[in-house]
Amino acid sequence: MQAALFYFFAALTLVCGALIILNRNPINSAMFLVLSIASMAGLFVLLHAFFLAAVQVLVYAGAVMVLFLFVIMLLDLKEEDRRKFNLFGIITGVISVAAIAYISFAAIRSGSASVSRTASDIEGGTLPLGKLLFTNYLLPFEILSVLLLVAMVGVILLSKKDLK
Amino acid sequence: MDVTLEHYLVVSGVLFSLGLLGVIMRRNLLVIYMCLELMLNAANLALVAMSRYNGNLDGQIMVFFIITVAAAEVAVGLALIVALYRRRQTAHVEDLTSLKS
Repeated sequence: MQAALFYFFAALTLVCGALIILNRNPINSAMFLVLSIASMAGLFVLLHAFFLAAVQVLVYAGAVMVLFLFVIMLLDLKEEDRRKFNLFGIITGVISVAAIAYISFAAIRSGSASVSRTASDIEGGTLPLGKLLFTNYLLPFEILSVLLLVAMVGVILLSKKDLK
Repeated sequence: MDVTLEHYLVVSGVLFSLGLLGVIMRRNLLVIYMCLELMLNAANLALVAMSRYNGNLDGQIMVFFIITVAAAEVAVGLALIVALYRRRQTAHVEDLTSLKS
């Protein structure tokens, strides 16, 4: 059951990730990104990270993607015309992606000795995460709140009509 | 057949590669931005899987921080794209070549 669910969610995530790149219409890309993020929340549930799955759906699939769709409609982006793909971009892209994929797979194959093969029984619920967040990670948490405030002020300044 | 840590890491690696391919190949600023989000999500998946198989919750705290920073980053980046569009009327990277002599 667990394995079947894993393969289902993993395939859905990867197929939607590929469709983001292949689609010419930005709105379709955004919709496939929503689907990819939602299925990744399913993978988080399989990893017993329940709080993060909820945050993933609320923040990413909700707030961030609404912002993306808002900007796409604000800019009124048309479907990309079928301009010729530049060969340079494709060649460099495929080469660099192949290099990174090779490096990461080699690292995965060689480095499995120190990590246990079986899953531990930790649960990422709100109680253990909250305890950790308000004891060990209190300072980063507070800094993060300041960062959000700075980002908000910056966005308001950037979207003013007469940008100085 | 049991699902192991390697399965999750392979999914994460493939997803990261897809995002990188999109960033390099696509020409639309917004789609490039979406592919960046995809790469961040791939890193999140690897962190959560590592946290699960190491029996340590620190990885999930890290993912929590990454999601928050990503939300702030998306807001600022989209504001920049809108400001750019207002000035130049384009969202294509091929049309933004004023640094090219």
